[in-house]
Amino acid sequence: MARIPKWLGQHTVVRYVVRRLLTLIPVLLGVTLLTYALMYLSPKDPVEMMLQAQGTAPSREVVEAMRRQLGLDRPFVIQYLDWLWRFVRGDMDVSYVDGASVAGKLITALPNTLKLAVSSVVVTAIFSVPLGILTAVYQGKAVDGIIRFLSFIGNSLPNYIVSLGLLYFFALKLGWFPILSSRSLISLVLPTLALAIPMTGKYIRQVRAAVLEQLHRPYVDGGVSRGLKTRTILFRDVLRNAMITIVTLMSMSVGSLLGGTAAIEMIFVLPGLGYMVTNAVTARDYPVIQGFVVWMSVIYVVINLLTDISYYYMDPRVSVGMGVE
Amino acid sequence: MNVSPGTKRKLTVLLTIFILLCIFSLFSGKLAPHDAEFVDLSATKQPPGGEYPLGTDGLGRCIWSRILAGASSSIFASLVIVVLSMAFGCAVGIVSGYSGGVVDEVIMRIVDVFLAFPGIVLSIAVAGMLGPGLKNGVLALAATGWTQYARLIRSYVLSLRQENFVKAARLNGQSGISILIRHIFPNAIRPVVVTGTLHLSGAMLGISGLSFLGLSSSSAEWGSMLSEGRSLMQKCPWMVLYPALAIFLVTILFNLLGDSVRDVLDPSGKNRTLNN
Repeated sequence: MARIPKWLGQHTVVRYVVRRLLTLIPVLLGVTLLTYALMYLSPKDPVEMMLQAQGTAPSREVVEAMRRQLGLDRPFVIQYLDWLWRFVRGDMDVSYVDGASVAGKLITALPNTLKLAVSSVVVTAIFSVPLGILTAVYQGKAVDGIIRFLSFIGNSLPNYIVSLGLLYFFALKLGWFPILSSRSLISLVLPTLALAIPMTGKYIRQVRAAVLEQLHRPYVDGGVSRGLKTRTILFRDVLRNAMITIVTLMSMSVGSLLGGTAAIEMIFVLPGLGYMVTNAVTARDYPVIQGFVVWMSVIYVVINLLTDISYYYMDPRVSVGMGVE
Repeated sequence: MNVSPGTKRKLTVLLTIFILLCIFSLFSGKLAPHDAEFVDLSATKQPPGGEYPLGTDGLGRCIWSRILAGASSSIFASLVIVVLSMAFGCAVGIVSGYSGGVVDEVIMRIVDVFLAFPGIVLSIAVAGMLGPGLKNGVLALAATGWTQYARLIRSYVLSLRQENFVKAARLNGQSGISILIRHIFPNAIRPVVVTGTLHLSGAMLGISGLSFLGLSSSSAEWGSMLSEGRSLMQKCPWMVLYPALAIFLVTILFNLLGDSVRDVLDPSGKNRTLNN
């Protein structure tokens, strides 16, 4: 573990965050190295791919000249460090296919995916938290059985199947929603539901387990014996304690949506990150794939870090663990 | 350990169906009434019934035959993904946990790097490097799946190393490899099996998801059938309905099996992973 200098103060959160940020450095270096190595080791020659994508049949001389021009004839380590240095400064090369800058492509595509990810996580939270609590409180009753059955079904449906079903009934048969996405809010409804339904199925089970675990704790019996109302115990103590699990789940689902929206974006022709990278993979557009993969990992580890920090505010006991390790 | 007979019976039934399905998937392609790849432009977009029980697709290929042929790629591929991730992850985890020290530290940092890729992103990158194809899709998913096994088995090896029977074996002069095989591995296998069965449905959805995106198989595979059918969904809903149903039913079976195996092997529920 990295040593934290004294001048950063004694505040545990600050020390914790700094230490975590320091441990992120080797991880992110590993991420960039792995990503770059994957493309470097790829059996297809990027230069040939690039020239073919531009519609020219390359001769040997042209390919050789191009390799030198792009610096692809240098040793791997030099290429990697050069790429990394430019990457850190925000220069992520240009797409092989259309020559547009990768950074620009990412920035244009990000809002679409973000909108979709945020709306589906919000919808998932709105449905899975109350339903999960309901099933836990009425454990073994008919409500529990029905909701658990439905959540099991939802959990077994991949989002691309859900979206095809929704598309068929609500867009093609009933005509309530547009088939392709547009800028309007209403076109976000079906993609959001398609992502939220399987996630809700999954998280009802998790919320139920988290709440049940709390309900079996002695403090619940203690509260009941002291004459507290069930509702008070549930909302004041049980939920507060189950919140850590729920927040972890929600942040994890944001992580899995980075790239996990690809199928939905393809179906609804929503030009987000998943749409961009799927096309890039098909066209072997390495700079776009590299930029996407590294940035998604950066966002993901930052989300994980923020989640861990949020524990500090939700559960004071966590701060003890932050101090010593 | 209290496992009710009902739970055990449920597992037996599910396991039997699962094994039968696996055997079936090995040669289901041969049972197909038509050639799954045979293009017949005089018989395109036929509704279910008659010669084609589930209809034909836009190229006149028999959907039922393609589903049967796709069973071998979809089901068999998810088995291979789980087995590959399990074997590699366990090997890495055992080496890491048993050697300890610098080796352990380095291996765990590498695992951290793999865990820093969210969800399907690393699979997309690997598929991007290897290009489309079922074998590459399997590799892409195994490349992300092994870390959970490595971490799991490492933690078991670390705690088992402290147990008296392991210390006794060491005092008896048994070699490290023999201790690993005879004492540590048998005790750590339970949670690995539980994780493996819970991993099955994820692997299944992963491989059909990659195929759906066109990043894996392009021949008869349920995910790619869905993807081909979706543009013709309005006129021929059967092109989408039957592959979707196949994926759904097999995923349900895998999920039921995973839950059931966990209930029997790990009744205390210690092994409830958040991912699955």
